[in-house]
Amino acid sequence: MRLVRAGHVIDDPFVRVLDEAPIPDGVPVVLPAARFLAEAAALAGRAAPIGVLWPNNRKAAELMPYLDRLALVALEFPKFKDGRAYSQARQLRETYGYRGELRATGDVLRDQFMFLVRAGFDAFEVKKDADVAAFSTEIARHTVFYQPTGDGRVAANWARHAQPASAQEAVLKSEPVR
Amino acid sequence: MYVYDEFDRTLVAERVAEFRGQVARRISGELTEDEFKPLRLMNGVYLQLHAYMLRIAIPYGTLSSAQLRMLAHVGRAYDRGYGHFTTRQNIQFHWIKLKDLPDLMADLARAGLHGMQTSGNCVRNITTDQWAGVASGEIEDPRISAEILRQHSTLHPEFSFLPRKFKIALTASAHDRAAVRVHDIGLHMHRNDAGEIGFEVIVGGGLGRTPFIGKTIKRFLPKRDLLSYVEAILRVYNQFGRRDNIYKARIKILVHELGAEAFAKEVEAEWQTIKDGALALDPALIAEIAARFRYPDYETLEDSPPQLAQARAADRRFSQWVDNSVSNHKLPGYSIVTLSLKPEGGTPGDATSEQMDVIADLADRYSFGEIRVGHEQNLVLPHVAQRDLAALWRALDAAGVATPNVGLVSDIISCPGLDYCSLANTRSIPVAQELTRRFRDLDLAHDLGRLHINISGCINACGHHHVGHIGLLGVEKNGEEFFQVTIGGRADEGARLGTLIGPAVPYAEVADVVEDIVSAYLELRARPDEIFLETVERVGVEPFKERVYATR
Amino acid sequence: MTSPLEKKLKIAGPVLITANRLGDGAVIYRTADHGWTTDFARAAVVTTAPAASELLEAAIADDIGAVGAYVAPVKLDKDGGVRPGNLRESIRLAGPTIELPASAGMPVSAGL
Repeated sequence: MRLVRAGHVIDDPFVRVLDEAPIPDGVPVVLPAARFLAEAAALAGRAAPIGVLWPNNRKAAELMPYLDRLALVALEFPKFKDGRAYSQARQLRETYGYRGELRATGDVLRDQFMFLVRAGFDAFEVKKDADVAAFSTEIARHTVFYQPTGDGRVAANWARHAQPASAQEAVLKSEPVR
Repeated sequence: MYVYDEFDRTLVAERVAEFRGQVARRISGELTEDEFKPLRLMNGVYLQLHAYMLRIAIPYGTLSSAQLRMLAHVGRAYDRGYGHFTTRQNIQFHWIKLKDLPDLMADLARAGLHGMQTSGNCVRNITTDQWAGVASGEIEDPRISAEILRQHSTLHPEFSFLPRKFKIALTASAHDRAAVRVHDIGLHMHRNDAGEIGFEVIVGGGLGRTPFIGKTIKRFLPKRDLLSYVEAILRVYNQFGRRDNIYKARIKILVHELGAEAFAKEVEAEWQTIKDGALALDPALIAEIAARFRYPDYETLEDSPPQLAQARAADRRFSQWVDNSVSNHKLPGYSIVTLSLKPEGGTPGDATSEQMDVIADLADRYSFGEIRVGHEQNLVLPHVAQRDLAALWRALDAAGVATPNVGLVSDIISCPGLDYCSLANTRSIPVAQELTRRFRDLDLAHDLGRLHINISGCINACGHHHVGHIGLLGVEKNGEEFFQVTIGGRADEGARLGTLIGPAVPYAEVADVVEDIVSAYLELRARPDEIFLETVERVGVEPFKERVYATR
Repeated sequence: MTSPLEKKLKIAGPVLITANRLGDGAVIYRTADHGWTTDFARAAVVTTAPAASELLEAAIADDIGAVGAYVAPVKLDKDGGVRPGNLRESIRLAGPTIELPASAGMPVSAGL
């Protein structure tokens, strides 16, 4: 499992803290949901970044009070076919305005990269090494999108509507707006 | 009909290139079948009994003649020379090879066709009335809204891994020819008291193992809110639809378990957060899409041109066909022509590549190059001038697609069944074929009047048997084929599920049983023009049950 | 859903393993020498659940050769010949029971 962010493989700066273990000082930590909620108040003044691992069967809305102090929200795909985290991601980004790292974990495969990016994920714990190398290729092969999601890519209808010829060109060369 | 622009073409081309890569990775073993299966399903590729099956999307049932010629080509080049039109306005080819698919899809893309999202746990083909845009009394052409929904639901990043498949249907006529009440979302366009156009939103309809008629959760949704409201429904379903049991994963189960009111509240709460955002449809945006629908350059014509009356008087067969297969168009001098794909002894909904080519040519000559596919598995030429009917009929008759049985007892809707499908318990096509032989007498068929027989080879109900006037469901008992028989179902604005009349009957007897039911109807009907469905509604199921089971 | 391997395999008579060929979807049968054949007569027929499990496991592992392997019943004739054990397998072997359009070039399957 490799962590991909901004198209590159990086070492994960976040230490995953298991349920009962003490939370180390001065390092970025990611906590399971129940632990995070229980300790949220106690961790309020913490300087080092905090992340939460949020299960796909809890409402994203529950995180709303904490989003401005979370550096990482990790969402889960127990099987790649279980698409609940796509809705959680969009709500976090678009309804609640979350700006920190949004990470896809679990059964994360190459053929879902584009969907994940469009839903607002910007970090990926990729299951297969071969898929890691393909990340940039996968993103580059899609240039037209029908839906306006929070990733900033201009959706086809809106591009057509704006200025026909020049907008078409712009979209077909588009970079994501962040 | 909708004309693709550079965006649409590019999206399809990118998908074709992507699938080419995915097929290569599957054949090399880099992808396991488990990983590949959802990807091929998203392109409409099934594995069935004998081969792969490709289901090609025909968005809201509208085809150009060029597209129909491309389908004919696919049949010849990659299949066995024929295709099957389905109850969701799509077409299927049953003898496809996986290794041919990348080239096949590249061919389809040249005609603006694809198999995207005709399978898998995503939003499927958006279907509508096969008379959309030409029916008298229609509020407006529902295909414009259907196209807006089609684009929005295509490769939607949030809704490509739903708990289960998702089917949306629209209608804009009072008489619902699109069966919206048995879809996951049904949208019935109408005017409110202020004269504004909007949608009644019906959710949680569906057939299959646990059939339901949909529940209205919003009486009037303005057009502006179409996308945001549908998005809210999908988001609630994506999050809360069951994922533990595939037989309980459709939205109809969620609506049933929560209750329509509680479900509507969840949707409303979600909708409030997005309704005024990027998905609000301003009139200019809608007009953009509408502008890319090409409509015929109609002439100004008179109704009932003299040559039509003359031709009718001269040829009884032609006259019979006009009475049966030709319907009123919203414009004088024009007509809507239904092409029966239910010939005696034939497979319901099948057409050969030769027939497709002939029909494409006839569409060019007589229907402004446009064809429609109906969910009852017949084709339609929607823009035929009445003065051309005689010439058109001669050609259709020669091509074998002019049997005057549209809407009658031998116009049977049937799934492919165990002859093709790996999900089936029983065969269905031979039953349909036998019934067309039993009821080959067109005068009898005409006397019986409107009578919809629907056959499904298994509980997945692709033949829509639950909503047939007579419904046949194939079941297996001790390794033998049996059929459960229901009567009194209907799919339209009065949608209702049929009632089981008794124990399942063996395959060898099912045609006899249908004849008994029909005989009972002839005896019981109050007047010749009381159709079968009305008789069942009046006298109930008992008299039919008695007749069928008296000697069984 | 449980995989066929997790469920304890029970068989009620002689069986073979069948699947579809990856490249073209053709019906294939597992042979005794760990291969696949379209020739029904060359299919390995086994009569015990452990033997069927072993054959099935190997078949499923061959993800490139075949798709969707499963256990299917056969019927044995008195003279030792083997026939498909149910209607579905008969149709898979012989093709649809209906006449296809002449252009399809398929023989109509007999006697069903």
